Amino acid sequence: MIKFDDVSKRYPSGHEALSHVSFALDDGELAFVTGHSGAGKSTLLKLIMRMELPSSGQLVINGQNLNKIAREQLPYYRRTIGLVFQDHQLLFDRSVYDNVALPLQIAGYDPREASRRVRAALDKVGLLRKETQNPLALSAGEQQRVGIARAVVNKPSLLLADEPTGNLDPELAVEVMGLFEQFSQVGVSVLIATHDHHLISRMRHRRLQLEQGRLIAGSPVQSSVQSSVQSSVKSPVKGTH
Amino acid sequence: MAAQRDHRPRTEPRPATAAQPLGMFAAALAQHQGAAVDSLHKLLIDRVSTLLTCTVMGIALALPLALWLLLQNLTLLGTGVDRTGSISLFMQQDDPAALHNLVAQLKARDDVAEATLITPEQALQEFEQKSGFGEALAGLDENPLPPVITVEPASDDGAEVTALYEYLQTLPGLDVAQLDLQWLQRLQAAVQLASQLALWLTALLGLGVVLVIGNTIRLAIANRSAEIVVIKLVGGTDAYVARPFLYTGFWYGVGGGLIALVLVEISLWTFGSPLTRLLTSYDPAFQLGGLGLQGGFLVVVASGALGWLGSAVSVIRHLRAIEPR
Repeated sequence: MIKFDDVSKRYPSGHEALSHVSFALDDGELAFVTGHSGAGKSTLLKLIMRMELPSSGQLVINGQNLNKIAREQLPYYRRTIGLVFQDHQLLFDRSVYDNVALPLQIAGYDPREASRRVRAALDKVGLLRKETQNPLALSAGEQQRVGIARAVVNKPSLLLADEPTGNLDPELAVEVMGLFEQFSQVGVSVLIATHDHHLISRMRHRRLQLEQGRLIAGSPVQSSVQSSVQSSVKSPVKGTH
Repeated sequence: MAAQRDHRPRTEPRPATAAQPLGMFAAALAQHQGAAVDSLHKLLIDRVSTLLTCTVMGIALALPLALWLLLQNLTLLGTGVDRTGSISLFMQQDDPAALHNLVAQLKARDDVAEATLITPEQALQEFEQKSGFGEALAGLDENPLPPVITVEPASDDGAEVTALYEYLQTLPGLDVAQLDLQWLQRLQAAVQLASQLALWLTALLGLGVVLVIGNTIRLAIANRSAEIVVIKLVGGTDAYVARPFLYTGFWYGVGGGLIALVLVEISLWTFGSPLTRLLTSYDPAFQLGGLGLQGGFLVVVASGALGWLGSAVSVIRHLRAIEPR
Protein backbone atom coordinates (compact mmCIF):
# COMPACT_ATOMS: atom_id res chain seq x y z
CA MET A 1 0.00 0.00 0.00
CA ILE A 2 2.72 2.43 1.03
CA LYS A 3 6.30 2.16 -0.16
CA PHE A 4 8.96 4.70 0.80
CA ASP A 5 12.19 4.13 -1.05
CA ASP A 6 15.08 6.23 0.27
CA VAL A 7 12.90 9.30 0.65
CA SER A 8 14.37 12.59 1.87
CA LYS A 9 12.68 15.90 2.33
CA ARG A 10 14.64 19.08 2.66
CA TYR A 11 12.74 22.35 3.02
CA PRO A 12 13.89 25.50 1.25
CA SER A 13 15.07 26.79 4.64
CA GLY A 14 17.67 24.00 4.59
CA HIS A 15 16.02 21.99 7.35
CA GLU A 16 16.06 18.30 6.48
CA ALA A 17 12.78 16.96 7.83
CA LEU A 18 13.17 13.42 6.53
CA SER A 19 16.42 11.71 5.75
CA HIS A 20 16.67 8.55 3.62
CA VAL A 21 13.51 6.93 4.89
CA SER A 22 12.57 3.53 3.52
CA PHE A 23 9.68 1.36 4.66
CA ALA A 24 6.63 -0.43 3.36
CA LEU A 25 3.11 -0.81 4.71
CA ASP A 26 1.03 -3.77 3.58
CA ASP A 27 -2.59 -3.72 2.53
CA GLY A 28 -4.75 -3.85 5.64
CA GLU A 29 -1.81 -3.23 7.96
CA LEU A 30 -1.99 -0.77 10.84
CA ALA A 31 1.21 0.96 11.91
CA PHE A 32 2.17 3.87 14.15
CA VAL A 33 4.60 6.59 13.30
CA THR A 34 6.19 7.85 16.51
CA GLY A 35 8.80 10.35 17.53
CA HIS A 36 9.14 13.70 19.23
CA SER A 37 7.62 16.75 17.65
CA GLY A 38 9.91 17.83 14.86
CA ALA A 39 11.05 14.26 14.23
CA GLY A 40 9.37 14.29 10.84
CA LYS A 41 5.99 12.63 11.49
CA SER A 42 3.97 15.44 9.91
CA THR A 43 6.29 15.66 6.94
CA LEU A 44 5.89 11.94 6.36
CA LEU A 45 2.10 12.27 6.25
CA LYS A 46 2.31 15.37 4.07
CA LEU A 47 4.43 13.48 1.57
CA ILE A 48 1.82 10.71 1.41
CA MET A 49 -0.96 13.29 0.91
CA ARG A 50 1.24 14.84 -1.75
CA MET A 51 1.06 18.19 0.06
CA GLU A 52 4.82 18.15 -0.32
CA LEU A 53 7.12 16.54 -2.87
CA PRO A 54 10.14 14.54 -1.72
CA SER A 55 13.50 16.16 -2.41
CA SER A 56 14.81 12.75 -3.38
CA GLY A 57 13.67 9.14 -3.40
CA GLN A 58 10.59 7.36 -4.63
CA LEU A 59 7.21 7.22 -2.94
CA VAL A 60 4.65 4.73 -4.24
CA ILE A 61 1.15 4.70 -2.76
CA ASN A 62 -1.40 2.15 -3.90
CA GLY A 63 0.69 1.49 -7.01
CA GLN A 64 1.00 5.17 -7.92
CA ASN A 65 4.36 6.90 -7.97
CA LEU A 66 3.70 10.25 -6.34
CA ASN A 67 6.53 11.93 -8.22
CA LYS A 68 4.59 11.28 -11.40
CA ILE A 69 1.12 12.47 -10.46
CA ALA A 70 0.09 15.54 -12.44
CA ARG A 71 -1.50 18.43 -10.58
CA GLU A 72 -4.86 17.77 -12.24
CA GLN A 73 -4.80 14.16 -11.06
CA LEU A 74 -4.07 15.10 -7.47
CA PRO A 75 -7.71 15.46 -6.31
CA TYR A 76 -8.55 12.00 -7.67
CA TYR A 77 -5.53 10.51 -5.93
CA ARG A 78 -6.51 12.17 -2.64
CA ARG A 79 -10.00 10.67 -2.85
CA THR A 80 -8.44 7.26 -2.26
CA ILE A 81 -7.04 8.39 1.09
CA GLY A 82 -8.91 9.18 4.25
CA LEU A 83 -7.26 11.82 6.42
CA VAL A 84 -7.94 12.40 10.12
CA PHE A 85 -6.55 15.64 11.54
CA GLN A 86 -5.47 16.34 15.07
CA ASP A 87 -7.83 19.32 15.22
CA HIS A 88 -10.50 17.47 13.19
CA GLN A 89 -10.85 20.38 10.68
CA LEU A 90 -14.62 20.25 10.59
CA LEU A 91 -16.58 22.98 8.84
CA PHE A 92 -18.80 24.84 11.28
CA ASP A 93 -21.05 26.38 8.65
CA ARG A 94 -22.85 23.07 8.11
CA SER A 95 -24.28 20.14 10.00
CA VAL A 96 -22.50 16.97 11.10
CA TYR A 97 -24.23 15.15 8.24
CA ASP A 98 -23.03 17.66 5.63
CA ASN A 99 -19.49 17.52 7.00
CA VAL A 100 -19.36 13.77 6.59
CA ALA A 101 -21.07 13.96 3.19
CA LEU A 102 -18.47 16.42 1.82
CA PRO A 103 -16.12 13.84 0.23
CA LEU A 104 -19.09 12.12 -1.44
CA GLN A 105 -20.44 15.42 -2.74
CA ILE A 106 -17.04 16.22 -4.16
CA ALA A 107 -16.78 12.81 -5.80
CA GLY A 108 -20.24 13.29 -7.29
CA TYR A 109 -22.23 10.57 -5.56
CA ASP A 110 -25.94 10.13 -5.99
CA PRO A 111 -27.57 11.79 -2.96
CA ARG A 112 -29.40 8.59 -1.93
CA GLU A 113 -26.25 6.49 -2.10
CA ALA A 114 -24.39 9.28 -0.30
CA SER A 115 -27.04 9.40 2.40
CA ARG A 116 -26.77 5.64 2.95
CA ARG A 117 -22.99 5.86 3.27
CA VAL A 118 -23.00 8.91 5.53
CA ARG A 119 -25.42 7.22 7.92
CA ALA A 120 -23.35 4.03 7.88
CA ALA A 121 -20.19 6.03 8.69
CA LEU A 122 -21.91 8.02 11.44
CA ASP A 123 -23.36 4.83 12.86
CA LYS A 124 -19.90 3.29 12.83
CA VAL A 125 -18.54 6.10 15.05
CA GLY A 126 -21.71 6.11 17.17
CA LEU A 127 -22.99 9.55 16.19
CA LEU A 128 -26.01 8.78 14.05
CA ARG A 129 -28.26 10.63 16.50
CA LYS A 130 -26.27 13.83 16.09
CA GLU A 131 -26.35 14.08 12.30
CA THR A 132 -28.43 17.28 12.23
CA GLN A 133 -26.36 19.12 14.82
CA ASN A 134 -23.64 21.65 14.19
CA PRO A 135 -20.19 20.22 15.02
CA LEU A 136 -19.69 23.19 17.38
CA ALA A 137 -22.31 21.66 19.67
CA LEU A 138 -20.32 18.43 20.05
CA SER A 139 -17.64 17.48 22.56
CA ALA A 140 -14.00 17.19 21.49
CA GLY A 141 -14.25 13.39 21.33
CA GLU A 142 -17.40 13.56 19.25
CA GLN A 143 -15.86 16.10 16.89
CA GLN A 144 -12.88 13.83 16.38
CA ARG A 145 -15.20 10.92 15.60
CA VAL A 146 -17.07 13.05 13.04
CA GLY A 147 -13.67 13.71 11.48
CA ILE A 148 -13.05 9.97 11.35
CA ALA A 149 -16.48 9.35 9.80
CA ARG A 150 -15.64 11.92 7.11
CA ALA A 151 -12.31 10.21 6.49
CA VAL A 152 -13.83 6.76 5.96
CA VAL A 153 -17.13 7.65 4.26
CA ASN A 154 -15.55 7.40 0.83
CA LYS A 155 -14.25 3.88 1.65
CA PRO A 156 -10.61 4.81 1.18
CA SER A 157 -8.01 2.10 0.83
CA LEU A 158 -5.63 4.06 3.07
CA LEU A 159 -6.42 5.91 6.26
CA LEU A 160 -3.96 8.47 7.64
CA ALA A 161 -4.27 10.05 11.06
CA ASP A 162 -2.17 12.91 12.43
CA GLU A 163 -2.18 12.83 16.24
CA PRO A 164 -5.84 11.74 16.30
CA THR A 165 -5.86 11.41 20.08
CA GLY A 166 -3.83 14.54 20.78
CA ASN A 167 -6.76 16.50 22.17
CA LEU A 168 -8.62 13.63 23.80
CA ASP A 169 -8.63 12.28 27.33
CA PRO A 170 -7.23 8.72 27.72
CA GLU A 171 -10.60 6.97 27.71
CA LEU A 172 -11.70 8.64 24.45
CA ALA A 173 -8.26 7.99 22.97
CA VAL A 174 -8.62 4.25 23.55
CA GLU A 175 -12.01 4.36 21.91
CA VAL A 176 -10.70 6.20 18.85
CA MET A 177 -7.77 3.80 18.50
CA GLY A 178 -10.24 0.93 18.67
CA LEU A 179 -12.06 2.42 15.68
CA PHE A 180 -8.86 2.51 13.67
CA GLU A 181 -8.18 -1.14 14.51
CA GLN A 182 -11.61 -2.06 13.23
CA PHE A 183 -10.96 -0.34 9.93
CA SER A 184 -7.70 -2.21 9.48
CA GLN A 185 -9.51 -5.45 10.22
CA VAL A 186 -11.74 -4.92 7.20
CA GLY A 187 -8.75 -4.36 4.93
CA VAL A 188 -8.03 -0.64 5.17
CA SER A 189 -4.36 0.24 5.59
CA VAL A 190 -3.96 2.61 8.52
CA LEU A 191 -1.01 4.83 9.39
CA ILE A 192 -1.25 6.82 12.61
CA ALA A 193 1.21 9.50 13.66
CA THR A 194 1.23 9.83 17.43
CA HIS A 195 3.49 10.48 20.39
CA ASP A 196 1.15 8.76 22.83
CA HIS A 197 3.59 5.98 23.77
CA HIS A 198 1.55 4.92 26.75
CA LEU A 199 -1.46 4.18 24.56
CA ILE A 200 0.27 2.39 21.70
CA SER A 201 2.46 0.25 23.94
CA ARG A 202 -0.71 -1.64 24.76
CA MET A 203 -1.46 -2.27 21.10
CA ARG A 204 0.34 -4.89 19.07
CA HIS A 205 1.21 -3.05 15.94
CA ARG A 206 4.34 -2.05 14.13
CA ARG A 207 5.95 1.21 15.22
CA LEU A 208 7.91 3.33 12.80
CA GLN A 209 10.08 5.42 15.05
CA LEU A 210 11.46 8.66 13.68
CA GLU A 211 14.26 10.66 15.21
CA GLN A 212 15.49 13.85 13.61
CA GLY A 213 14.15 12.75 10.27
CA ARG A 214 15.64 9.26 10.36
CA LEU A 215 13.73 6.04 10.70
CA ILE A 216 15.47 4.33 13.63
CA ALA A 217 13.06 1.44 14.21
CA GLY A 218 10.19 -0.37 12.56
CA SER A 219 11.39 -0.64 8.99
CA PRO A 220 12.73 -3.90 7.55
CA VAL A 221 16.33 -4.23 8.71
CA GLN A 222 17.79 -4.39 5.25
CA SER A 223 16.44 -1.13 3.98
CA SER A 224 17.35 0.51 7.27
CA VAL A 225 20.98 -0.55 6.89
CA GLN A 226 20.90 0.34 3.25
CA SER A 227 19.60 3.77 3.96
CA SER A 228 22.16 4.51 6.65
CA VAL A 229 24.94 3.30 4.37
CA GLN A 230 23.64 5.45 1.58
CA SER A 231 23.36 8.45 3.84
CA SER A 232 26.96 8.14 4.99
CA VAL A 233 28.13 7.74 1.42
CA LYS A 234 26.02 10.46 -0.11
CA SER A 235 26.31 13.09 2.55
CA PRO A 236 29.15 12.55 5.01
CA VAL A 237 28.32 15.85 6.67
CA LYS A 238 25.24 14.33 8.18
CA GLY A 239 27.26 11.62 9.89
CA THR A 240 27.57 13.89 12.90
CA HIS A 241 24.68 12.35 14.79
CA MET B 1 -18.68 2.28 23.37
CA ALA B 2 -18.37 2.69 19.64
CA ALA B 3 -15.19 0.67 19.77
CA GLN B 4 -16.96 -2.30 21.18
CA ARG B 5 -19.59 -2.30 18.50
CA ASP B 6 -19.08 -4.43 15.50
CA HIS B 7 -21.50 -3.08 12.98
CA ARG B 8 -19.31 -3.56 10.00
CA PRO B 9 -21.24 -1.45 7.53
CA ARG B 10 -18.47 -2.11 5.07
CA THR B 11 -18.15 -5.74 4.17
CA GLU B 12 -15.28 -5.23 1.78
CA PRO B 13 -13.01 -2.27 1.30
CA ARG B 14 -13.27 -0.81 -2.14
CA PRO B 15 -11.30 1.95 -3.71
CA ALA B 16 -13.28 5.17 -3.79
CA THR B 17 -13.21 5.32 -7.54
CA ALA B 18 -15.00 2.01 -7.95
CA ALA B 19 -18.70 2.71 -7.72
CA GLN B 20 -20.14 6.09 -8.53
CA PRO B 21 -23.80 5.66 -9.34
CA LEU B 22 -24.01 9.07 -10.97
CA GLY B 23 -22.67 9.62 -14.45
CA MET B 24 -20.16 12.39 -15.11
CA PHE B 25 -22.76 14.71 -16.57
CA ALA B 26 -25.40 14.16 -13.91
CA ALA B 27 -22.79 14.56 -11.17
CA ALA B 28 -21.51 17.80 -12.66
CA LEU B 29 -25.05 19.09 -13.04
CA ALA B 30 -25.87 18.24 -9.43
CA GLN B 31 -22.69 19.97 -8.24
CA HIS B 32 -23.46 23.08 -10.31
CA GLN B 33 -26.97 23.19 -8.94
CA GLY B 34 -25.68 22.72 -5.41
CA ALA B 35 -23.07 25.46 -5.78
CA ALA B 36 -25.58 27.87 -7.33
CA VAL B 37 -28.18 27.34 -4.61
CA ASP B 38 -25.65 27.33 -1.75
CA SER B 39 -23.93 30.50 -2.87
CA LEU B 40 -27.27 32.30 -3.30
CA HIS B 41 -28.31 31.08 0.15
CA LYS B 42 -25.07 32.38 1.70
CA LEU B 43 -25.56 35.76 0.03
CA LEU B 44 -29.13 36.02 1.30
CA ILE B 45 -28.01 35.27 4.85
CA ASP B 46 -25.56 38.18 4.71
CA ARG B 47 -28.21 40.52 3.34
CA VAL B 48 -26.79 43.94 4.15
CA SER B 49 -23.33 43.50 2.67
CA THR B 50 -24.80 41.69 -0.34
CA LEU B 51 -27.17 44.58 -0.94
CA LEU B 52 -24.29 47.06 -0.62
CA THR B 53 -22.15 45.25 -3.16
CA CYS B 54 -25.08 44.88 -5.54
CA THR B 55 -25.93 48.58 -5.16
CA VAL B 56 -22.38 49.61 -6.00
CA MET B 57 -22.66 47.47 -9.12
CA GLY B 58 -26.15 48.78 -9.85
CA ILE B 59 -25.08 52.42 -9.73
CA ALA B 60 -22.04 51.74 -11.89
CA LEU B 61 -24.23 49.98 -14.44
CA ALA B 62 -27.17 52.41 -14.31
CA LEU B 63 -25.03 55.33 -15.45
CA PRO B 64 -23.99 54.01 -18.87
CA LEU B 65 -27.35 52.29 -19.21
CA ALA B 66 -29.28 55.55 -18.77
CA LEU B 67 -26.95 57.34 -21.16
CA TRP B 68 -27.35 54.61 -23.72
CA LEU B 69 -31.12 54.76 -23.38
CA LEU B 70 -31.12 58.53 -23.88
CA LEU B 71 -28.94 58.22 -26.98
CA GLN B 72 -31.14 55.45 -28.31
CA ASN B 73 -34.11 57.78 -28.01
CA LEU B 74 -32.27 60.67 -29.63
CA THR B 75 -31.27 58.46 -32.55
CA LEU B 76 -34.91 57.61 -33.09
CA LEU B 77 -35.79 61.28 -32.91
CA GLY B 78 -35.11 62.01 -36.61
CA THR B 79 -37.01 59.07 -38.00
CA GLY B 80 -40.41 60.78 -37.81
CA VAL B 81 -39.13 63.71 -39.86
CA ASP B 82 -38.89 63.77 -43.65
CA ARG B 83 -35.32 62.74 -44.38
CA THR B 84 -34.86 64.98 -47.45
CA GLY B 85 -34.43 68.25 -45.64
CA SER B 86 -36.52 71.04 -47.09
CA ILE B 87 -35.09 74.54 -47.33
CA SER B 88 -37.01 77.54 -46.03
CA LEU B 89 -36.38 80.86 -47.73
CA PHE B 90 -37.38 83.82 -45.56
CA MET B 91 -37.92 86.69 -48.01
CA GLN B 92 -37.39 90.41 -47.52
CA GLN B 93 -39.57 91.60 -50.36
CA ASP B 94 -43.29 91.03 -50.07
CA ASP B 95 -44.54 91.86 -53.55
CA PRO B 96 -46.83 88.88 -54.23
CA ALA B 97 -46.32 89.00 -57.99
CA ALA B 98 -42.52 88.86 -57.68
CA LEU B 99 -42.77 86.05 -55.15
CA HIS B 100 -45.05 83.95 -57.35
CA ASN B 101 -42.67 84.58 -60.21
CA LEU B 102 -39.74 83.36 -58.10
CA VAL B 103 -41.65 80.24 -57.06
CA ALA B 104 -42.38 79.44 -60.70
CA GLN B 105 -38.68 79.89 -61.54
CA LEU B 106 -37.65 77.57 -58.73
CA LYS B 107 -40.19 74.93 -59.73
CA ALA B 108 -38.69 74.90 -63.19
CA ARG B 109 -35.27 73.88 -61.88
CA ASP B 110 -34.18 70.25 -62.21
CA ASP B 111 -32.89 70.04 -58.67
CA VAL B 112 -36.12 71.28 -57.12
CA ALA B 113 -39.00 68.88 -56.61
CA GLU B 114 -41.46 71.37 -55.19
CA ALA B 115 -41.54 75.01 -54.20
CA THR B 116 -44.38 76.48 -52.17
CA LEU B 117 -45.11 80.02 -51.13
CA ILE B 118 -46.39 80.63 -47.65
CA THR B 119 -47.70 84.14 -47.47
CA PRO B 120 -47.45 86.10 -44.21
CA GLU B 121 -51.22 85.68 -43.76
CA GLN B 122 -51.06 81.92 -44.12
CA ALA B 123 -48.06 81.75 -41.80
CA LEU B 124 -49.85 83.80 -39.18
CA GLN B 125 -52.88 81.54 -39.34
CA GLU B 126 -50.81 78.39 -38.98
CA PHE B 127 -48.79 79.91 -36.18
CA GLU B 128 -51.93 80.90 -34.29
CA GLN B 129 -53.28 77.36 -34.54
CA LYS B 130 -50.14 75.57 -33.54
CA SER B 131 -48.53 77.73 -30.92
CA GLY B 132 -51.44 79.04 -28.95
CA PHE B 133 -49.96 82.54 -29.13
CA GLY B 134 -52.99 83.62 -31.14
CA GLU B 135 -54.14 86.31 -28.75
CA ALA B 136 -50.73 87.83 -28.38
CA LEU B 137 -50.33 87.95 -32.14
CA ALA B 138 -53.80 89.39 -32.60
CA GLY B 139 -52.74 92.26 -30.41
CA LEU B 140 -50.00 93.27 -32.87
CA ASP B 141 -50.70 96.11 -35.29
CA GLU B 142 -49.16 94.46 -38.30
CA ASN B 143 -48.15 90.96 -39.28
CA PRO B 144 -44.53 90.50 -38.20
CA LEU B 145 -44.07 87.33 -40.23
CA PRO B 146 -42.16 87.40 -43.50
CA PRO B 147 -43.24 85.54 -46.62
CA VAL B 148 -41.60 82.11 -46.79
CA ILE B 149 -40.88 79.88 -49.74
CA THR B 150 -40.27 76.24 -48.87
CA VAL B 151 -38.19 74.38 -51.38
CA GLU B 152 -38.12 70.56 -51.52
CA PRO B 153 -34.87 69.40 -53.15
CA ALA B 154 -35.29 66.75 -55.84
CA SER B 155 -32.39 64.73 -54.47
CA ASP B 156 -31.74 63.64 -50.91
CA ASP B 157 -28.02 63.46 -51.52
CA GLY B 158 -26.28 65.68 -48.99
CA ALA B 159 -23.87 67.30 -51.47
CA GLU B 160 -26.62 68.15 -54.00
CA VAL B 161 -28.85 69.58 -51.28
CA THR B 162 -25.94 71.67 -50.04
CA ALA B 163 -25.23 72.89 -53.57
CA LEU B 164 -28.88 73.92 -54.03
CA TYR B 165 -28.81 75.56 -50.59
CA GLU B 166 -25.77 77.58 -51.58
CA TYR B 167 -27.40 78.67 -54.84
CA LEU B 168 -30.58 79.70 -53.03
CA GLN B 169 -28.60 81.90 -50.67
CA THR B 170 -27.69 84.10 -53.67
CA LEU B 171 -31.32 84.80 -54.61
CA PRO B 172 -32.24 88.49 -54.74
CA GLY B 173 -34.64 89.67 -52.06
CA LEU B 174 -33.69 86.86 -49.70
CA ASP B 175 -33.38 87.52 -46.02
CA VAL B 176 -32.32 84.12 -44.62
CA ALA B 177 -32.18 80.66 -46.17
CA GLN B 178 -32.50 77.84 -43.67
CA LEU B 179 -31.81 74.19 -44.22
CA ASP B 180 -34.57 72.83 -42.02
CA LEU B 181 -32.88 69.62 -41.04
CA GLN B 182 -29.59 71.18 -40.09
CA TRP B 183 -30.53 70.79 -36.46
CA LEU B 184 -31.14 67.10 -37.08
CA GLN B 185 -27.76 66.63 -38.74
CA ARG B 186 -26.06 68.45 -35.92
CA LEU B 187 -27.97 66.40 -33.39
CA GLN B 188 -27.01 63.18 -35.07
CA ALA B 189 -23.36 64.20 -35.11
CA ALA B 190 -23.63 65.01 -31.42
CA VAL B 191 -25.35 61.71 -30.72
CA GLN B 192 -22.60 59.89 -32.55
CA LEU B 193 -19.98 61.60 -30.44
CA ALA B 194 -21.94 60.87 -27.29
CA SER B 195 -22.27 57.23 -28.34
CA GLN B 196 -18.50 56.96 -28.49
CA LEU B 197 -18.37 58.54 -25.08
CA ALA B 198 -21.02 56.12 -23.79
CA LEU B 199 -19.08 53.17 -25.14
CA TRP B 200 -15.95 54.36 -23.40
CA LEU B 201 -17.86 55.02 -20.19
CA THR B 202 -19.47 51.57 -20.39
CA ALA B 203 -16.08 49.94 -20.81
CA LEU B 204 -14.62 51.86 -17.87
CA LEU B 205 -17.52 51.24 -15.52
CA GLY B 206 -17.74 47.61 -16.67
CA LEU B 207 -14.08 47.25 -15.71
CA GLY B 208 -14.92 48.88 -12.40
CA VAL B 209 -17.66 46.34 -11.82
CA VAL B 210 -15.31 43.46 -12.63
CA LEU B 211 -12.77 44.84 -10.16
CA VAL B 212 -15.35 45.39 -7.41
CA ILE B 213 -16.61 41.83 -7.75
CA GLY B 214 -13.05 40.54 -8.01
CA ASN B 215 -12.13 42.22 -4.76
CA THR B 216 -15.26 41.04 -2.98
CA ILE B 217 -14.56 37.49 -4.09
CA ARG B 218 -10.92 37.82 -3.04
CA LEU B 219 -12.09 38.62 0.48
CA ALA B 220 -14.55 35.72 0.38
CA ILE B 221 -11.76 33.38 -0.67
CA ALA B 222 -9.53 34.64 2.14
CA ASN B 223 -12.38 34.17 4.64
CA ARG B 224 -12.93 30.60 3.56
CA SER B 225 -9.33 29.52 3.10
CA ALA B 226 -9.59 26.92 5.89
CA GLU B 227 -12.58 25.37 4.18
CA ILE B 228 -10.78 25.40 0.83
CA VAL B 229 -7.84 23.53 2.33
CA VAL B 230 -10.13 20.84 3.75
CA ILE B 231 -11.96 20.49 0.44
CA LYS B 232 -8.70 20.14 -1.44
CA LEU B 233 -7.48 17.52 1.02
CA VAL B 234 -10.57 15.37 0.63
CA GLY B 235 -10.18 15.46 -3.14
CA GLY B 236 -11.93 18.59 -4.35
CA THR B 237 -10.77 19.67 -7.78
CA ASP B 238 -9.91 23.30 -8.57
CA ALA B 239 -13.18 23.51 -10.48
CA TYR B 240 -15.15 22.24 -7.48
CA VAL B 241 -13.49 24.76 -5.18
CA ALA B 242 -13.97 27.61 -7.66
CA ARG B 243 -17.63 26.93 -8.45
CA PRO B 244 -19.30 28.51 -5.39
CA PHE B 245 -17.21 31.65 -5.85
CA LEU B 246 -18.08 31.88 -9.53
CA TYR B 247 -21.76 31.55 -8.73
CA THR B 248 -21.41 34.14 -5.97
CA GLY B 249 -20.00 36.54 -8.56
CA PHE B 250 -22.82 35.68 -10.93
CA TRP B 251 -25.48 36.38 -8.28
CA TYR B 252 -23.82 39.69 -7.38
CA GLY B 253 -24.01 40.55 -11.07
CA VAL B 254 -27.67 39.58 -11.35
CA GLY B 255 -28.46 41.61 -8.23
CA GLY B 256 -26.49 44.58 -9.56
CA GLY B 257 -28.30 44.33 -12.90
CA LEU B 258 -31.69 44.33 -11.19
CA ILE B 259 -30.76 47.37 -9.10
CA ALA B 260 -29.51 49.13 -12.25
CA LEU B 261 -32.88 48.45 -13.90
CA VAL B 262 -34.72 49.87 -10.91
CA LEU B 263 -32.51 53.00 -10.96
CA VAL B 264 -33.08 53.49 -14.68
CA GLU B 265 -36.83 53.02 -14.24
CA ILE B 266 -36.83 55.60 -11.46
CA SER B 267 -34.97 58.11 -13.61
CA LEU B 268 -37.33 57.44 -16.55
CA TRP B 269 -40.23 58.03 -14.23
CA THR B 270 -38.68 61.24 -12.91
CA PHE B 271 -37.31 62.75 -16.11
CA GLY B 272 -39.52 60.96 -18.62
CA SER B 273 -42.34 63.47 -19.03
CA PRO B 274 -40.24 66.67 -19.21
CA LEU B 275 -37.92 64.91 -21.65
CA THR B 276 -40.81 63.76 -23.82
CA ARG B 277 -42.23 67.28 -23.84
CA LEU B 278 -38.89 68.69 -24.95
CA LEU B 279 -38.32 66.13 -27.67
CA THR B 280 -41.85 66.14 -29.12
CA SER B 281 -41.37 69.84 -29.81
CA TYR B 282 -38.76 68.75 -32.35
CA ASP B 283 -40.52 65.64 -33.58
CA PRO B 284 -44.23 65.38 -32.87
CA ALA B 285 -44.17 61.62 -33.51
CA PHE B 286 -41.53 61.07 -30.83
CA GLN B 287 -42.23 58.55 -28.11
CA LEU B 288 -39.87 57.94 -25.21
CA GLY B 289 -38.77 54.30 -25.30
CA GLY B 290 -37.76 52.30 -22.20
CA LEU B 291 -35.67 49.15 -22.07
CA GLY B 292 -38.58 46.78 -22.45
CA LEU B 293 -38.74 43.27 -21.07
CA GLN B 294 -36.18 41.88 -23.49
CA GLY B 295 -33.75 44.73 -22.88
CA GLY B 296 -34.13 44.36 -19.13
CA PHE B 297 -33.50 40.64 -19.33
CA LEU B 298 -30.41 41.27 -21.44
CA VAL B 299 -29.09 43.78 -18.91
CA VAL B 300 -29.47 41.28 -16.06
CA VAL B 301 -27.81 38.48 -18.03
CA ALA B 302 -24.94 40.73 -19.13
CA SER B 303 -24.49 41.97 -15.59
CA GLY B 304 -24.46 38.39 -14.31
CA ALA B 305 -21.80 37.57 -16.88
CA LEU B 306 -19.73 40.56 -15.69
CA GLY B 307 -20.02 39.30 -12.12
CA TRP B 308 -18.95 35.82 -13.19
CA LEU B 309 -16.00 37.34 -15.05
CA GLY B 310 -14.94 39.43 -12.06
CA SER B 311 -15.11 36.37 -9.86
CA ALA B 312 -13.17 34.29 -12.39
CA VAL B 313 -10.37 36.88 -12.41
CA SER B 314 -10.12 36.67 -8.63
CA VAL B 315 -10.47 32.89 -8.51
CA ILE B 316 -7.69 32.39 -11.06
CA ARG B 317 -5.41 34.74 -9.15
CA HIS B 318 -6.06 33.63 -5.59
CA LEU B 319 -7.50 30.13 -5.45
CA ARG B 320 -4.48 28.25 -6.70
CA ALA B 321 -2.40 29.94 -4.05
CA ILE B 322 -4.40 28.27 -1.28
CA GLU B 323 -2.90 24.83 -0.99
CA PRO B 324 -2.81 22.51 2.00
CA ARG B 325 0.49 23.03 3.84
